[in-house]
Amino acid sequence: MIMTSTITSDTIVKFDCVIKKFGAFVAVEETSFDIRRGEFLAIMGSSGCGKTTTLRMLAGLEDPTEGNIYLDGERVNGKATWDRDTPMVWQSLALFPFLTVQENVEFSLKMRGVGKKERAERARTWLEKMQILEFADRNISQLSGGQRQRVALARALVTEPKILLLDEPLSALDAHLKVRMQAVLSNLQKDLGITFVYVTHSMSEAFSMADRVIIMSRGKVEQIGTPQEIYHKPKNTFVAEFLGSANIFNGRLSDIAGNNWTVDTDYGSYIVHPEGDVAKKTGDALSFIVSAENIRIGDASSSTGGIIAHAIGEEFVGASATVYFETANGQEIKVQKSHHELAALNFATGRDYALTWDSAACYVLPQS
Amino acid sequence: MNTNKNPLIETSLRLHLFACIAFIFLPILGSFAFSLNSDRFPSIPLGAFSTEWYRLIWEDPFVWVGFFNTVKVGLVVALIATILGFGGAYTDYRFRFFGKNVYLALALLPPTIPVVIMGLAMLAFLSRVNLSGHAVSVIIAHGVMCSPFAMAIIRLRLSQMDPDLEAASWNLGGSEWATLRHVIIPFCRPALLAALFITMAVSFDEFAVAWFVSGLNETLPVKILGFLQGQVSPRINAIGSLAFLSSIILIIFAQMLMRNPTRTSK
Repeated sequence: MIMTSTITSDTIVKFDCVIKKFGAFVAVEETSFDIRRGEFLAIMGSSGCGKTTTLRMLAGLEDPTEGNIYLDGERVNGKATWDRDTPMVWQSLALFPFLTVQENVEFSLKMRGVGKKERAERARTWLEKMQILEFADRNISQLSGGQRQRVALARALVTEPKILLLDEPLSALDAHLKVRMQAVLSNLQKDLGITFVYVTHSMSEAFSMADRVIIMSRGKVEQIGTPQEIYHKPKNTFVAEFLGSANIFNGRLSDIAGNNWTVDTDYGSYIVHPEGDVAKKTGDALSFIVSAENIRIGDASSSTGGIIAHAIGEEFVGASATVYFETANGQEIKVQKSHHELAALNFATGRDYALTWDSAACYVLPQS
Repeated sequence: MNTNKNPLIETSLRLHLFACIAFIFLPILGSFAFSLNSDRFPSIPLGAFSTEWYRLIWEDPFVWVGFFNTVKVGLVVALIATILGFGGAYTDYRFRFFGKNVYLALALLPPTIPVVIMGLAMLAFLSRVNLSGHAVSVIIAHGVMCSPFAMAIIRLRLSQMDPDLEAASWNLGGSEWATLRHVIIPFCRPALLAALFITMAVSFDEFAVAWFVSGLNETLPVKILGFLQGQVSPRINAIGSLAFLSSIILIIFAQMLMRNPTRTSK
């Protein structure tokens, strides 16, 4: 994919046809994207997808094999990480165990030759902002996981950088603390107005905090967009499957009549309404998704049509339940319903039901 | 604690401990006892308690010369070997290069060479470059022998370091040299101190190579042999006891530093 946007004052980072190889292994395939000034961008993908390598290239810890990276308008290929102001919060936190909390926070100021008195003042200001001033003289080993996290943030932010890089910083925390730290990060980013680039494998972290999300797989950017866009309008089957929230139906395009396209699937023909530019012609393979909350469950014996599927399980998700069906050819279909609706249906696993939906609920995957 | 005791292991461990005490510590203790004995020859029953032999060595200028040589050599060797060992260990930690295994094998090789061979080779080489028979000869020879010990200790410490720590320092604006000074060395400080003590102790005790290359600048162990060859004197017991005490103190310091690195690293 090639982007033609130019560097504007709204763009803080630009990846321009960047490729990263380690020997013969291609860690990041040709990638171009922009990061906007002041946005919270999450880069999400499973392990080995190239997300951390992308972040490390931005930090200057790896050099791109091909292509250019621009930081604040300046081409930064080959510029050492210590000459950039791209502090990173590490997955391991990488706090210095031989320094006190305050000395850890002062570190980057010390490296930049800031005087002792100013260093201490600025460090203490940040410790106060992160609500850990009382631990200033403690050793790192005396802090809890959440407190260490705050030290790592203060240490990275003390130079007041324009951009902060975060590499799965919350992965070591327990679920409760994770949610609290997400709020801390989110508020911090809004208050400071600086750009956060946040690498994670967790969809809930990415979608709850980020303004925009990049989904990567096997070194390739699959989709860039707001959480809403990606959630409701995944670009291809990979993204749809990765998010795991919708049912994917594969078929073949048999008829195009304006915005009413007919797709022949194993379950019969469906009318879908493609959005935007979907370059397909009759006879092409086409996939569409129907999200779990948009599927209706009906009586299998009534002649309303729809897919006849066997109810195989039920999972409680708070106020609603996710019901799992299996079709005759083995495809699993998820349906989300309130407990109330299920009770009205007299729903029970082990029985057959008819599944239907409105054509408006189908979303055509543009790159299927 | 593991409560599943294997009787075979238990017995052999006890046997090992017994052998250590019987053949290592008892003779040392014996030498210690005889050094405080008034009798001319080491025999039982012991004679009266006496510090005579300590007084004699205190007054013997040759012993002092040997002692100062030993200390001088030991201090310089400890410093050189620790610097070399750190360099080797950090190279191993930081870089990947062609032939690294060969490099590591060579760097760690010296202790596996029989000391007599090492001493002979050192003498042959150092005399050819006109460096034999000086204190500096012993320093060179001991530096070669001690640096692998320092390297092993420091490698162990570096292997405990969070692999992101160094990159984190670079990322926070520390150049490679600044990171070495402000992150790597502080992190390794307990191991560096331990390496100083251990290498000093090794140099302190080393006899064979020093005997070959020291010439007139004899270190204390070489002096002891000289005494033995000349006359059997209980002064040897006194010198030996002191040498043992100083070595064991260095080793104990080093062990304490290595056992609890976090506490000593602040």
